Amino acid sequence: MSDFYNNAIGHWVVVAIAMTLLLFVVLTATAYTVWFERVALGRIQRRPGPNRVGPFGLLQLAADGVKLAFKESFIPAKTDKVMYVVAPTIAVAAAFLSWAVIPIGIWYNVQYWIADLNIGVLLIFAISSLNVYAIMLGGYSSNNKYSLLGGLRSAAQLISYEMALGLSLVPTFMIVGSLRLRDIVDYTVHWGPYTGPLPLIILTPIGFVIYLMAAVAETNRAPFDLPEAEQELIGGFLTEYSGLKFVMYYLAEYVNMITVAALATLLFFGGWYLWIVPPVLAFFLKVVFFLFLYIWLRGTLPRLRYDMLMRLGWKVLLPLAIANIIVTGVVLVVVQG
Amino acid sequence: MTDEDENGSGDPTPLRRPGEGVPPKPEGPKTSVAADVAALAGGLKTTLQEFFRPVVTTEYPEEKTPRSERYRGRHYLRRYDNGLERCIGCELCAAACPVGCILVIAAENTEENRVSPGERYAKTYEINMLRCIFCGYCEEACPVQAIVLGPEYELSDTSREKFIYTKEKLLEPLPPDVEARLKDKP
Repeated sequence: MSDFYNNAIGHWVVVAIAMTLLLFVVLTATAYTVWFERVALGRIQRRPGPNRVGPFGLLQLAADGVKLAFKESFIPAKTDKVMYVVAPTIAVAAAFLSWAVIPIGIWYNVQYWIADLNIGVLLIFAISSLNVYAIMLGGYSSNNKYSLLGGLRSAAQLISYEMALGLSLVPTFMIVGSLRLRDIVDYTVHWGPYTGPLPLIILTPIGFVIYLMAAVAETNRAPFDLPEAEQELIGGFLTEYSGLKFVMYYLAEYVNMITVAALATLLFFGGWYLWIVPPVLAFFLKVVFFLFLYIWLRGTLPRLRYDMLMRLGWKVLLPLAIANIIVTGVVLVVVQG
Repeated sequence: MTDEDENGSGDPTPLRRPGEGVPPKPEGPKTSVAADVAALAGGLKTTLQEFFRPVVTTEYPEEKTPRSERYRGRHYLRRYDNGLERCIGCELCAAACPVGCILVIAAENTEENRVSPGERYAKTYEINMLRCIFCGYCEEACPVQAIVLGPEYELSDTSREKFIYTKEKLLEPLPPDVEARLKDKP
């Protein structure tokens, strides 16, 4: 196996297969995230959620997918056609690209990831900021004032929270000294008798809280789902999208949600390490926990007003993140001498 | 919310003359970060508790909620115990109907063909279920309790024509003993 992998052609064969596999895994995971969300939200509201298609409604997403795929993909008059079509593809491409560098685990010496990039986190942030283009271009090209307003709101929101999100992770990088996601997961401490990997939330709890809030805003999820506010913007940038183009946005939103949950797992919760649980399963369980947290928040909190959103981003999260960096830096200097 | 609040006159801003000082803002409830976090945690706790409680919905097609005995669903034309139709073709139901969805065409009973005990009977009796508002006035108007509203409410169908309920569809089946007697006849 390793001989084949070290061979130049063999390496690319393995990578190509892994990429295809990952695509299917992420797609399936997305489908079941939607199912999980609908069931969990239903339970929070004391109703069963989808339970008609297949056992426990598990095939609901297949039915929905077929329905959406066969719907008319309508393009309104006087739209900017090229941008209108390209915008959703940007969303999907950006959402899936992040998974190129997300390590899922090491199990029996098999590495479950595509690329072990030394600037992994940076790449993820670079890609995920492309999402702004998808939403803004989608809103702009739809020739609809609601879409445009949704797109503009989104641009402002994403840019504001991206700063807090990036800065919330800086203490982690300072402690670990690497942007490689594997190094962050493998971060080992020698505390008296204990030597081993450490979930970084113990060292950067404030960073984690900021990350959690900023990540919800980054993925446009409730209570920060202003760009697609159904009530006042009749769907925001999504208003004029239907059929497969709508599916692309929808898919991107949920893939982003999983990405953010996976990042939280890797950066703060020790990735694939969880006592005796097998690595890939441990990673999966932690991601499901974070997904549940997002759904739980959606089921609990009402949407923020726009000025509240901006105030939280600029006046609370950003200063807190910067203060967190300074304090971490000082502590690091004191501890490491 | 009352009308006054909606018009903004419930809490009017007092008119001020120039030189008058701005009154101090009324103090709202004191907030702090700790109180906010506690409120957030309280909300999350509530929703999590709801998550683990049983669902309250009924699985409709399999499970149906009980209906009142006086529920007004689809109509039936009733018979007497001896199998004769109650309807005497008086058209009072059609007259009482506020949307005019009932059509009755009466005919005379004869010795050879006795359908109802009275002088006349309904030769045609049709209800347009798309128009019907299920008010029950026809039932109230009927002097012989011939037309009644039953408990069925699942009336969906695939074409408009199928919603014209004819007499055959509305009429109660014959009582079993009468049916047996008729079967014995040659």
